[in-house]
Amino acid sequence: MSLTAPRAARSGSLFVSIAAPALSMFGVIGLWWLATIVFEIDSFLLPSPKDVVEAFLRQPDYLMDQTWVTVMETVEGFLLAIVAGVPIALLIARSELLERMIYPLLVAVQAIPKIAVAPILVVWMGFGSTPKVAMVFLVCFFPVVISTASGMKSTPSELAELLRSLNAGRAQDFFKLRVPYALPQIFVGLKVAISLAVIGSVIAEFVGASAGLGFVIVQSGASADTALAFAAMGLLSVVSIVLYYALVLLEKRLLPWAEENR
Amino acid sequence: MIQVEKVTQVFASRGGSVHALDGIDLHVREREFVTLIGRSGCGKSTLLRLMAGLLTPTQGRVQVAGELVTAPRPDVSVMFQRPALLPWRSVVSNVMLPVEICGGDKKRYRDRAHELLELVGLTGFAGKYPHELSGGMQQRVSLCRSLITRPKVLLMDEPFSALDALTRTEMSEELQRIQMELATTIVFVTHSIEEAIVLADRVVVLSPHPGRLRETVDIEIPRPRDLGLDTHAADVARLSSRLHALLAAPPRETTDHRMVHQ
Repeated sequence: MSLTAPRAARSGSLFVSIAAPALSMFGVIGLWWLATIVFEIDSFLLPSPKDVVEAFLRQPDYLMDQTWVTVMETVEGFLLAIVAGVPIALLIARSELLERMIYPLLVAVQAIPKIAVAPILVVWMGFGSTPKVAMVFLVCFFPVVISTASGMKSTPSELAELLRSLNAGRAQDFFKLRVPYALPQIFVGLKVAISLAVIGSVIAEFVGASAGLGFVIVQSGASADTALAFAAMGLLSVVSIVLYYALVLLEKRLLPWAEENR
Repeated sequence: MIQVEKVTQVFASRGGSVHALDGIDLHVREREFVTLIGRSGCGKSTLLRLMAGLLTPTQGRVQVAGELVTAPRPDVSVMFQRPALLPWRSVVSNVMLPVEICGGDKKRYRDRAHELLELVGLTGFAGKYPHELSGGMQQRVSLCRSLITRPKVLLMDEPFSALDALTRTEMSEELQRIQMELATTIVFVTHSIEEAIVLADRVVVLSPHPGRLRETVDIEIPRPRDLGLDTHAADVARLSSRLHALLAAPPRETTDHRMVHQ
């Protein structure tokens, strides 16, 4: 029982898990508000938190619709990256030849600044949501493949030898050992990917979009409505936080045994 | 039960080949408890892996129960130096792993799993996860796992070497008790002279570079024995000094072999 006590103390404290992040968040917002009042900053340059909330309340339905557009693009691109990335990573983990063939290509594609690709995606795929999903896919693909491939190769030799001593077949070795062992590392890649995914969809929306929070930000810049841009950015952070912690929650639920979830 | 005939094992490596075992002949009788002892590099783990079917000998042959060993057999279990438990499986589910892999009747074996856990003093821990257990408890689970399929032969590769002295003593006593109850043939690799004497019916001493069978020493101390061995202190001291001598002084030809290298 003494083994579980320190863990209970760490995760059980309500202050650390909820109050601490809330406190730092409200602290920063408070300082921001104070700065706009003390230094009498023009709302056009730096709107106060109040201005931002008002900008949101002027057209909440419109902004929620735009948020939804961005969320859908992000999630679709992210899922697509998993569907395509995981099988490729499995191939890489399985064969050194494929690893040598695929890795340089992956790195080369990853090295291209994504913002440079955005206009080309519009030329190829038009102004709809497809180029945005494609951009999110491009951004997420690399971390998903790398983390899955390295996870699949991280099986400890003693566990591999155990399965061999039990005369396990290839499928058993794969599903009973290597895949579950790789899952915590796959989740590391997924968490990196989801935090990049929102950035990807906004970049794509900056170029030739008619909807989404990125589009709202471009529009508000054109009409010098800084408060609206801030409201859109606030919504983007909320989307990022929700998506990220949804993944964290899923991981804790699926992998309670993993080192970092104990 | 186990017949090792003129076995030579050569590993190819960078800069030449390593002669791990040279002309080993060894016969382990049914229900016998044999300990393999030797300095590092004497090939004792290699010999165990050959018996397990995890390696194929370069020359010579290994037979278990009259059949040539070509792959791991279901009636031969291996227990490793580390517990090698799957972290996402509960204790009882780890014990059941061999049954799952060879496709046995899970219901029937589940009762046996609980019996074995009781036998090693882990009643009430069936639903715990490996990370909730101490090292000694984990190694006990590993022992249960290697006994679940009622193996005829149990091969143990320094299974207690990572444990503290006290746990080690306990485990040695338990292992003797289990062997007397289950009537298993056991080959046990160790580098502890004390452990070798306490456990064995026969100690096999190997000498290194290349691994050769130096001598076998019969241990005729009545069972059950304990590590204190007060009643047989004289016997133990005599055997222990003999084994020390065998392990310390390399046989003549090995000395010559070394001098050539210098």
